[in-house]
Amino acid sequence: MEILITGIVLGGTYALIAVGLTLQYGVSRIMNLANGENLVFACFGAFWLWSTFTINPVVGIALVAPVAFALNWVIYVWLLRPLVNRARNRGQLEVDSILATFGLMFIAQGVMLLGFGGGYYNYNFLSQPIAILGANYGLNRIVALGAAMVIAGALYLFLNHTRYGTAIRAVAVDPASAGLVAIDVPRASAFAFALGGALTAASGALLSTFYTFNASMGTLFTMKALIIVIMGGVGDVRGAVIAALLLGITETTVASLIDPGLTLAATYTLFILVLLFRPQGIFGRHLA
Amino acid sequence: MKPLLATVSRKEAGIAVLGAAGLAAAATLPLFDTGYYLSLALNIVMYVVLCTAWTLFSGPTHYISLATAAFFGIGTYSVALGIDHLPFPLLVAIGFVASSVLAGLVGIATLRLSGVYFVIFTLGLAELVRQVVTWAQTNFTHGVGLYVFTDFNETHIYWMLLGLAAIVYVTGWLINRSRLGFAMRIIGNDETVARHAGIDTARAKVALFMISGGFIGVVGAFLAPRFAYVEPPSAFNPMISFQVVIMALLGGTGRLWAPLLGVIPFTILFDQVSAHFPNHTSLVIGIAFMAVVYLLPRGVIGFVDDMRRLKRKFRIVLAEDGAAGKEHAS
Repeated sequence: MEILITGIVLGGTYALIAVGLTLQYGVSRIMNLANGENLVFACFGAFWLWSTFTINPVVGIALVAPVAFALNWVIYVWLLRPLVNRARNRGQLEVDSILATFGLMFIAQGVMLLGFGGGYYNYNFLSQPIAILGANYGLNRIVALGAAMVIAGALYLFLNHTRYGTAIRAVAVDPASAGLVAIDVPRASAFAFALGGALTAASGALLSTFYTFNASMGTLFTMKALIIVIMGGVGDVRGAVIAALLLGITETTVASLIDPGLTLAATYTLFILVLLFRPQGIFGRHLA
Repeated sequence: MKPLLATVSRKEAGIAVLGAAGLAAAATLPLFDTGYYLSLALNIVMYVVLCTAWTLFSGPTHYISLATAAFFGIGTYSVALGIDHLPFPLLVAIGFVASSVLAGLVGIATLRLSGVYFVIFTLGLAELVRQVVTWAQTNFTHGVGLYVFTDFNETHIYWMLLGLAAIVYVTGWLINRSRLGFAMRIIGNDETVARHAGIDTARAKVALFMISGGFIGVVGAFLAPRFAYVEPPSAFNPMISFQVVIMALLGGTGRLWAPLLGVIPFTILFDQVSAHFPNHTSLVIGIAFMAVVYLLPRGVIGFVDDMRRLKRKFRIVLAEDGAAGKEHAS
């Protein structure tokens, strides 16, 4: 039971990153390998707001996420849209965007290394224990999970019950047809890319309340998020959330029952199973 | 079938003579300096082999492999684990086979699918193997570090790598003119066409990836004596994967020898940067990636080709102008 709850808390954080990434890849068609850097940037942002102005990290999301939104919008419009326009086919765009976002990833890591050094950071926020079903958990973890659920719920309502959310889903299905029904596809792509970055930043702010972070950990989170996105099916928000919880629980199980050094092996085992048996994702339909 | 030598064109023979002369000249370097310049040249040859082996697979398929560090580390570990029990050449062979087998497994799992799956899988592969090796060593052996004591010094390693470079180039040339190479060119241009022409695309890709991975493993095996003390973080250093990608793409992947054009300048630049500004290495790699994508999408070789074509066009225009001028005068 303890494993289950800890796993769900971890999975909840993964879920927001993965949902951010699935929006960026599913809608904007950009495989953003620098997405983990949004998360690290938000960790440092929340840390700075808390230690300088004692702003509660959960409230801090309201500051960190819009900054990430603006930053990602600018990155998309200035750097990635030229690649979208230049690409002759989907494969070329994939290669180009992978390389360009690798560049962004290293530049962001370099800047953060210069700014904060290579050391590990953490801070105390709501670190008192709370008892659930007879076992103790950090209150900060439970608060983070609650906030992640609220954000994911809001996103679900936006995508499924608003006009613009429907437009974004239409672009995810087929950009060419979406253009035919008077959807501004370039703008929707930029919006989805920026929204994905903002969601990842929000999860970073939540993560920083209970996780020790440093400037170069972004890649590991990007990789896990990518695996979750594929497990859940590209562009599928619901699938990403379920895959994230599954991964969180698996990792926690392996870490507490076998060896904490083998979490990545657990992730890869899941990944290989998905690749071999359901490469279209857990909820994906078979492609003809 | 004609004997192999009879099918070599005059141009190919010329390149072979030139390459052999270059190799021979490079091999004399340790006679002049065994300090800094040998060390730098060793790095350059190491990356030349790594990038050329990488290009063997990623050039025609356009799949970006980040598995280099994993194969390299496996080669290093094959030597480090067995150096007290088995002769060195046998260990190198084991390194080749072990890396090929890993490449084959990765290939079977991912190469049937689109390129993105492959990139993601290889992105974490080195880290995965590192975790498994560390776990196995802490649980089943006495410690994590291994000592590699041999009689090899940098000069020997340098010569071994030069020899390997020659083998990789010849292999690349042989593949290029084989059925496999022909199949890869078709797959690179259009995979659907290749499949309709009766090519087993997944099998061809896996075969090539195994050859490429095996060579990278051999480089790791050769480098083990240089480390002297091997532990998982140094053997499975993920930066190697990224550096290989950036150097190979900087040079260009269209021709077998094109990565050379990226390896030499980048290795020297990176050496200088890590010596004088050690905190700026990530920034340099990041900027290099951006430069390749936005300024040199087909690498230095593509740029050179463009310039040549432009010059030829310019010459034709000039000649036509000249002819037109003469007509006008008469």
